[in-house]
Parts: sequence; structure tokens; C-alpha cells
Amino acid sequence: MEKNMLKKENKIFKNLYNEFGWDIENSLKRDDWKNTKDLISKGREWIINEVKTSELRGRGGAGFSTGLKWSFAPKEVGSRPHYLVINADESEPGTCKDRDILRFEPQKLIEGCLIAGYAVNAHICYIYIRGEYLNEGRRLQNAIDQAYEKNFLGRNACGSGWDFDIHIHYGAGAYICGEETALLESIEGNKGQPRLKPPFPALVGLYGCPTIVNNVETVAVVPTILRRGGKWFASIGKSKNTGTKIFCISGNVNSPCNVEEEMGIPLKDLIDKHAGGVVGGWDNLQAVIPGGSSMPLLPKSVCDTITMDFDSLIENKSGLGTAGIVVINKDQDIVECMARIARFYKHESCGQCTPCREGSGWMWRILDRVVKRKATYSDVELLSDVTKQIEGHTICAFGEGSAWPVQGLLRHFRKEVESRCREEPLIKKKLNNPYLVDQHLLENKNA
Amino acid sequence: MSVKKVHDNQPEEFKFSTANLKKVEEILKRYPKKNKKSAVMPLLYLAQRQNDNWIPLAAMKYIANFLAMPYISVYEVATFYSMYNLAPVGKHFIQVCTTTPCLLRGADKIVKLCKENISPNENEISKKSSCSWMEVECLGACVSAPMIQVNDDYYEDLDEKSAKEILKSLINDKPLKPGSYRGRKNTAPEKISISNGEKHA
Repeated sequence: MEKNMLKKENKIFKNLYNEFGWDIENSLKRDDWKNTKDLISKGREWIINEVKTSELRGRGGAGFSTGLKWSFAPKEVGSRPHYLVINADESEPGTCKDRDILRFEPQKLIEGCLIAGYAVNAHICYIYIRGEYLNEGRRLQNAIDQAYEKNFLGRNACGSGWDFDIHIHYGAGAYICGEETALLESIEGNKGQPRLKPPFPALVGLYGCPTIVNNVETVAVVPTILRRGGKWFASIGKSKNTGTKIFCISGNVNSPCNVEEEMGIPLKDLIDKHAGGVVGGWDNLQAVIPGGSSMPLLPKSVCDTITMDFDSLIENKSGLGTAGIVVINKDQDIVECMARIARFYKHESCGQCTPCREGSGWMWRILDRVVKRKATYSDVELLSDVTKQIEGHTICAFGEGSAWPVQGLLRHFRKEVESRCREEPLIKKKLNNPYLVDQHLLENKNA
Repeated sequence: MSVKKVHDNQPEEFKFSTANLKKVEEILKRYPKKNKKSAVMPLLYLAQRQNDNWIPLAAMKYIANFLAMPYISVYEVATFYSMYNLAPVGKHFIQVCTTTPCLLRGADKIVKLCKENISPNENEISKKSSCSWMEVECLGACVSAPMIQVNDDYYEDLDEKSAKEILKSLINDKPLKPGSYRGRKNTAPEKISISNGEKHA
């Protein structure tokens, strides 16, 4: 079994726990900024091809090929400048990997920004950090200042002949700004409401200019890929699901942690070897949310054998997403857990599309009724119907993300849900109200 | 969508301090000259910091003038994002994460403690002290759950006992240090496993 574990020398984020110091001097010892100039001098085509060879897929959730995304940027700069935007608006429940990169491996991100910026012809990069990560943002700003002092950024950055500047832009607590076009709207000074695609940001993005939006982890692994070769990265993991990935293991495990591992590692190994096992033992496992809250949960029978990579999780009607693994054991009320996630989406829906704005509230209210044992059997059908009315009917993919966890619950735990339902609706005659969807919430001020 | 109420008692006037005006200049340099509007979010933050952690309507009007954008656009932004406080909050503003990963590890107990020790309702400034609390959605420190944010800082790996101590220290206006309350190194796995088999950690 040990041979399945990621070898120490193949780890990209050696300072994930800040054992060696985050500042630039210590980062240089870990080979950050080593021969960056030479890498850039090999040209855009070489960089993009090397990233394509590595088969790196975006680490922000969608898993789109990074090399391909970069190749969508126009080859020549026309009348409009190009922008690089880094998505550090990590708000998916269960995910906290980018926070550690911002805190402890900032130079990897900054170097990655320079290389990515050069590859897509961008002179300016905005890093969009969620507002709550104020201290992490300050740390990153320190790291950026240190990089400027060493002339790794600014005019003729790192001697590459490329001018490059990085600015930080803070979000202010909106989950939706993790969606790339909402993020761009937010930088432009608007409400963070997603745009229709196409046009894709690669052609019409920030201020109407070609813009490449990448996740923090995606960009931070690029320098190491170029230094060690795309083939090296592709040799780790499985084909089309290559490389290493930071997994965040939270919930009912003995030792919740962030850990960098090989793609395609069995979920059971991940939980048992790194996170100290499920509280109460593996048999006490009820379900696992494998990739942040918007990915459908997996029942224990699937968890026994599943490997953690994009394709095997899609086969099981879930997804790797951000690799935020939330472990739920049998001591928990699964419906309550999912009702809380539904409440999250109700709170975070940006309100632009009716199906998501209204549907997320419906899902929460029905699930809340189930938790309080006030729902009827027909409510379960209604719930399933609502999820399908949302899916595919919203501007952005996050609308679907609100419906998927509920669909997952119904797929695997329908009996559990139905066991809490009743035949007849619960009507409070004293209140003299017609039976509404929100009837029971009349006493609930938060409704 | 979060519903936010604008405070009843609004100050008449708002102006950036000289120190903040200098910061504004720095902020404006980050964005293209014709896209000054981009600075609305950082400027709202500045206004919030200057005005005891909440944004009055006068500040929105002032920023709208400053960036030559319609007042309603600033209002729209200030009400859309949850981190802009539109009413006064306590000097120690406690945000308790209660989303599923924290809930699984006992965030509900911390909410209960807040209700008992600070104020029975969210967003109420406590009488004895200058604290207020609210439930928030995922703060992005899930492997350190349960956790709270007090003003800018994260308090992680809490349990009932440590949460009580932290709240007490805030009520006495002598805040304890932020960070992990299980003495672990950041997000590394712990060697000694703790037994928390009971419901909600």
C-alpha cells in the first residue's frame, strides 16, 4: 500500500504547513524562481505545449485543461490589453487549500503568475482574494513586495524582458464571485452576477479585454511543471487525471488536514492514512462529499473503492470539484447536513436567475421541513422536481451546483428522507392560514 | 441573497481622513484610469474601517461622488456583498461559521455560547460589552473546524471550552491570540487522534 503514496520528492508544495518559512529567502531555497528567465525565454508556445503535455486540469472545480485555456487567448495583442486574473475566492464549503498556498507558498503563485501572464500576453494580473482572507492577503502582499525588491516583478520582470505587475483585489463575502465572470464583474466594481457565456472571458473578459482566469493552485503548480517537465507531471496519477492535488479532509475524521497527494488515490487511503480515519471507524462512515459542497455525496458502498480523480468521480455521478472532502459519519443526521448546505445556497444565490434564486429557497424549506418531520411524501417528489427545474436553467454553473447536492441526497438516501415524512400535510388550524409551502416557517423569523 | 437592513440613525456627513485619502490614491493606481469604478469595493472597505466597522449612507454618497458613479450603483454593491456592515457592529465582531463542515464538528455549540454570553439575537450589540455576533457561511478554514472570525482574525480548532474562554476574553476586552486552539501546526495532520465519537464532535 505504501507505494501508492506520493513520494516526498514529488511534492510540489513542500511548505504547505509552513515548516520551512514562507518568506522569499526560504522560498528560494525550495527552488522557487530558479531559472525562471530561461523558462520564459523558451517562448510562449513551448510553455503552453509543456502545460498541455502535463495534462494539467484546472484545480478550481471544473477541471478544464489549463494548456488549452491558455491557447484560447489571442496570439497577438490587438487594441485591447490582455489580463490575467487569479481566482482566490475560495468559498466552497469544505475547501481551504488556496488559503495555505497564499499563506505559505506565495512565491510559487507569484512565479506562476509571471509565467502564465507571459504565456497569455498579459502585463497585468489581478489576484481576487475573498474578503475574509484579509491576513492571507496581507501575507501575499508582503510576498509580492519582496518579489518586487528582487526585481522578479515590475519592469523587465526577472530579466525576462516582460513587464509584469500584480495587484490584489479583495472580495467581500460573496460565494458567487468564485464564478469567473461574476469575479470579473466584481473587479469592475459591480454586483457579482455572472455573465452569459459565450463570449468567453478569453476573448471578452475584464473591461471587455481578453482575460484568462485561473485558480490559485493551477497557477502555483505551473513553475514546477515547467522546471521538471510536463512528462514528469503526467507520470503521476492516472492518464487524463495527472499530477498532484491538495486534498482538504474535513468533517468527522480524527485528524482533519490538508494534504498533497497523487491524483487517483483511493478515498479510503486518503481518509485512513492522512486524516486518522473516520471517527468511530470506517464502518461508522455514512457518506462523503468528495469535492466541495456542490458535488453530490457518495454513500459508503461507493467510498469503499472510489479513487479520487475527475473521471472516476464523474462515473459515479459526482465530481472532484475542488477536492474538499467532507466526511459525514453515522452519528450525524444526513438530512440535517444537506439542509444546511441548501441553506448555504439560499443565502449565496446572487438572485440573477429565477430558478436558482427561488429554487434554492424551496429546496432549503422542504429539507428543513423534512428535518422537522413536517414534510409529506409528495414533498419529496416536489423537491426532486425543483432540483430539475434549476439544473440547466441558470446562467452560471453554480445554479446547478445548488441542485446537485440535493439530487445526490435523493439518489442515495431517499429512504432516509421518506422515513421522516408523513401522509397528510401538517396544518395548524389555529393560524387560519391556507397551507403554504412556508407554513411551518411562519414561526421562524429567519425564513 | 442575504437581506440587509440599513441602520436607522445615519450620520449627516462622511469624509475620508487625510491618511485614507492617501490610501485612496494608491488604490486608484491599481486600475486603468477609465475604470475608476473598480475601486468601489476597496473604498467601501476603507470607509468601513474609518467608521467603526460599518458603512453609513453618507459614505456611499461620498464614494459615488468620488468615483463619478451613480449613488445607486454604490448602494447596490454595498448591499450585495455580505462583508459590508450597514449598521453598527460590536468592537469585537464575532462571526461564527455554521456551514456543514463546521456544523459536523459542533458549530451549533458555539452559536449557543454566543447566545448565552453575548446576546440572544444575532447582530445585537451586547449591553455589558461591545461585542456582537452573527452566523456566517463558510469562512474557508474547514479543516480547522469549528472556527470563528473575530474582526480580521481566525480562531480555529475550537471546542466548547476554548470557545467559552475566547468569548470571555472578548467580553472583557482582552482578546486572546488567534490561531489554532488545539496547538497544532497550521493544517498539518495531527499525530495524536482525539476521541470525539459523540454527536457533533
